[in-house]
Amino acid sequence: MTATTSRPSPEELAAVARRARWRIIETVTSSKAGHIGGPLSATDLLVALYFAELDIDPADPKKTDRDRFILSKGHSAIGLYSVLALRGYFPEEELATFDHGDSRLQGHPDMLLTPGVDASTGSLGQGLAFGAGIALGAKKLGRDFHTWVMVGDGEIEEGMVWETVLSAPRFGLDNLTLIIDLNGLQQYGWPAGPDDRFDRSEPVGHVDLERVFTGFGWNALSIDGHDFDAILGAFDRVTDDRGVSGRPTVIIANTRKGRGISFTEGTYKWHNGVATDEQLDLARTELLGTTEDAR
Amino acid sequence: MKAQRVVWGETLAELAASDDRVVVLDGDLATSTRSDLVATAVPDAFVQVGIAEQNMVGMAVGLSTLGYRPWLSTFGVFLTNRALDQIRMLVSQTRAPVRVAAAYSGLLNGSAGKTHQDIEDFAIMRAMPYMTVLAPADEFEAEAVFRWAAEFDGPLYVRVARDPVAPVFDESYAFEPGTPRLLTEGGDVTIVSTGVQTSRTAEAVRLLAERGVSATHVHLPTLKPLDVDAFLGLVGDASLVVTVEEHSRIGGLGGLVSEILAERGGPRLVRVGLEDRWSESAPNDFLLDKYGLSPERVADAVAQQLAAV
Ligand SMILES: Cc1ncc(C[n+]2csc(CCOP(=O)(O)OP(=O)(O)O)c2C)c(N)n1
Repeated sequence: MTATTSRPSPEELAAVARRARWRIIETVTSSKAGHIGGPLSATDLLVALYFAELDIDPADPKKTDRDRFILSKGHSAIGLYSVLALRGYFPEEELATFDHGDSRLQGHPDMLLTPGVDASTGSLGQGLAFGAGIALGAKKLGRDFHTWVMVGDGEIEEGMVWETVLSAPRFGLDNLTLIIDLNGLQQYGWPAGPDDRFDRSEPVGHVDLERVFTGFGWNALSIDGHDFDAILGAFDRVTDDRGVSGRPTVIIANTRKGRGISFTEGTYKWHNGVATDEQLDLARTELLGTTEDAR
Repeated sequence: MKAQRVVWGETLAELAASDDRVVVLDGDLATSTRSDLVATAVPDAFVQVGIAEQNMVGMAVGLSTLGYRPWLSTFGVFLTNRALDQIRMLVSQTRAPVRVAAAYSGLLNGSAGKTHQDIEDFAIMRAMPYMTVLAPADEFEAEAVFRWAAEFDGPLYVRVARDPVAPVFDESYAFEPGTPRLLTEGGDVTIVSTGVQTSRTAEAVRLLAERGVSATHVHLPTLKPLDVDAFLGLVGDASLVVTVEEHSRIGGLGGLVSEILAERGGPRLVRVGLEDRWSESAPNDFLLDKYGLSPERVADAVAQQLAAV
């Protein structure tokens, strides 16, 4: 998307993100299955993509030259579904069927079932190659859309990610952007400090990602993944580079696992989980400023 | 009732405490597989490899050459499918004493859906030369199998189920590798099951008895190697054999039993298992019922086949 004038303001995006976060914790709690921490760390990035960047049409989910988005960290499906629902791909009420039998909203994204889902994911590490294939195909066909892939920082431990990181510059894929949701925690990880809330260490804390990606021939940007001005600024730089450098871009987004809800933020223990009634009330107040049922 | 995964964590922690050859490698799923019980009890015996299953298999084989007895622990699907070539080349072809512990095996994976269901593992692992393939029925058999496997000197694959099932055995259980277990005897039909599906099948056998059907029920904790003569002895002169498994109907227990019976010119065989399609995310009861593995659905399938004879 090039027209930045019609973009919602950061305040408007923040309001959408609060509602999406509420839907995430509410849905996982009522379905008693699903992930919390990863979806919440990615929410602002997803909202910025779907409400301010991607050239898409919820009324025509398969529009030929739509921008593509691949949620490679497929366990964050409920984060994607919440944003897709708010963007108009399907009714918000349908979120209540998440992880139920016969539902279009599977535990992991399913491109055969859910309107707006471009890629099936769930086994970590495979989305970037999928995206590189789309980006390569677009170049070959002379199509002018952009492909975005989001991975988790734990996920990039998978070797397959690095096979694509190595090869993508060779194909000149400046129509491909990777977003790393760098929240510093994975599911279990490695022991770290004595503080119970922060007692696991960063998956890739020992890696200088900017240097690594630059070394592999990518453009690399580091941003605060919860600051909408920074996120939109990074998206603009990607747009400006299209057709210029011939390099794919990585946006290293510094985020917080479980972002936006006091008791889930910053702990690996809410990688997945189900909130108690009291916790759900607290989350509702923190996100929506009300204890009224938000339905 | 104790879940097999809890038995896994507790037993491996105990084994690791007394034997420093034991090492458990984790693919960042320790709180799910319950390898975290090893991590807390014997930190030295626990290696976090991260979300890197292929790397994990390679490291385990390297460790095994120095006298370690490594256990690979993550969701089964990421071992049998994601790291398949590594298991084939580095474990099976070298005959390394690496134990592949497939957690969240089968269909029931805490609502994760088709990406996480490990329903082709028997077919894959059974075809792998030198691979011993095990699928314990309940908590007691699981513990016995883990203890036996700890001493085994070759490649080995074992299913570890996520959720507890009604026990089939008790504390007195003794594991005999390769030996089929006779659970009930009856004249109308012979039912063969494996893994935790044996618990649900035992319940199906009770439901059938209420309907006046008497069944011989045989459980196979070892799919490979199998004492074929002992198995055929239990099948006897049954006219209908039904296999039941939480696995694709293709290539698993049903495949194994059809191979055996076809070679010997055996009775009519019916394979109950998952159809040749992917399933979905949903609670256990829904999945078992929809995909034909609940006790009621198994009993119905058997009764239907008897009526058709
Ligand atoms: C190949 C594979 N291995 C393991 C898993 C299980 N798993 C799901 S989420 C997760 C942790 C992911 O951590 P990260 O990528 O940092 O995601 P986030 O923190 O954003 O949730 C793991 C190990 C998986 N889905 N796929």
